[in-house]
Amino acid sequence: MLSYFVEQSVNALSLGGTYALLALGLAVVYSILGLINFAHGALMTLTGYVLVFAAAQGLPFVAAAPLAALVVMAGAVLLERVAFRPVRKASGATMLLTSFAVAVLLQLAFQLFISTRPQIVALPSFLTSTVAIGGIAIGANRLMSVAVTVLVLIALNQFLRRTIIGLAMRAAAEDFDVTRLMGIRANRVIATAFALSGLLSAVAAILWIAQRSSVDPMMGLIPVLKAFIAATIGGLGSLLGAVLGGLLLGIIEIYLAAYLPEAALPFHDAITLGIVILVLVARPHGLIAPRRERAR
Amino acid sequence: MALLTVTGLAVRYGAINAVRGVDLAVESGEVVAVLGANGAGKSTTMKAIVGLVPAASGELVFDGESLRGKSTEQIVMGGLTLVPEGRRVFPSLTVAENLALGAATRRDAAAVGRSRAEIYELFPVLAERSRQPAGTLSGGQQQQLAVARALMSEPRMLLLDEPSLGLAPQVVESIFQLILRLRQRGQTILLVEQNAAAALDIADRAYVLANGKVILEGTAAELRSSEQIAEAYLGGRPGQPAHA
Repeated sequence: MLSYFVEQSVNALSLGGTYALLALGLAVVYSILGLINFAHGALMTLTGYVLVFAAAQGLPFVAAAPLAALVVMAGAVLLERVAFRPVRKASGATMLLTSFAVAVLLQLAFQLFISTRPQIVALPSFLTSTVAIGGIAIGANRLMSVAVTVLVLIALNQFLRRTIIGLAMRAAAEDFDVTRLMGIRANRVIATAFALSGLLSAVAAILWIAQRSSVDPMMGLIPVLKAFIAATIGGLGSLLGAVLGGLLLGIIEIYLAAYLPEAALPFHDAITLGIVILVLVARPHGLIAPRRERAR
Repeated sequence: MALLTVTGLAVRYGAINAVRGVDLAVESGEVVAVLGANGAGKSTTMKAIVGLVPAASGELVFDGESLRGKSTEQIVMGGLTLVPEGRRVFPSLTVAENLALGAATRRDAAAVGRSRAEIYELFPVLAERSRQPAGTLSGGQQQQLAVARALMSEPRMLLLDEPSLGLAPQVVESIFQLILRLRQRGQTILLVEQNAAAALDIADRAYVLANGKVILEGTAAELRSSEQIAEAYLGGRPGQPAHA
């Protein structure tokens, strides 16, 4: 029983960590622009295809993963430049619709130019093996997922505290106009936010794929919906909230799947969302409600 | 030639003409006050100078260069910065982080360090609380931080928008003391105030705005003895002690 619990706990942290990274990616952009970027899921999917493409060129996974992250970061910055910057001063609804449009366009492009069928992503053997800890066998991919999440969170925290552009991003989330009064270029802050969100979506995608070894045009859709839920529980726009919300959602999902009686399993998602609703009834602005004066 | 010259500035918010042809000039080393009632167009004029709101017409020249069409970021990098109304420190960032952002335009880390040391000397309370989130400071301390943050960019000209607004009387006094000290250091300042009496005490010259236009201008001494000013803003006749 204990070993089952430990195993499920690692799974919960692994899934929760991935949700946390995705929710952070959404929150970084939302905190500054007030935009929920639903195209975030398409960036995840793009990561998967870069991995497939790189493997086809004979690149090993350890080289393909950073390459994918770089490509997706550049893609996110490009997306901001061509799709979101022209509507930056428009209403929140316009930006939201733009992000849906981008998400659908990218998904169609993946279907048309690649394939509607899942593509196999070959994983290195160190990810498909299991590690025995105290007699309990745990998937290396799960452990890597937890470790990578922790490392990324530490690095992000340092970036937001130690660099001027990181400070500027936190400042812009609170008061965008005054951030510009510091002589910091608005476009630079926003481009950095998109680059960061691209990086976070790429890392999350790699962790996601490490559990599934395939990518299809719809891959990013569900995880990003979950990340949106996570960011909402956490408090939209709060980075700490996004991490807490992501972890909480992952933990709820995994423990429910592990411990619900068989007859209740079909209601797994309904119960998860029910708990989410209860959290929001108790705390309508989420676990951590941020304050802000956004870019317009 | 003046450091800042504003000629025929007009600003519209939709159908509202907030500023309708303001002319003003500030010489290097001067402290100039802009007075007027609520809604006279004072804050809008300040925001237009730093490009936070677009000018509908008019000319803005700082140190011989037009500011029209420049972004706020470019204007600040050029040495003109605004301490906005309501202080607007970044509340969840620490005092030290707020100050670091004030120096974001400067590349020389050693020089920034010297500025920080100077600022901490000028504002001892900020040194004491450097690791505290700015949102935990009192209103007066936040105003000090807002000014200190602006000074970290080593501006050639400082715009102060209603620095005394919403502060307790003793705190207001200390803020005006601070502006006086900046003045003694030779800092060029354009100061927007509703507290006309206090502003005229520390300014060289002043402009009075009403309905988006300059209705009166002169030296501080002239305006202190002006009947119009006395009745409208100082709550008394000239020659009598002013309680604004």
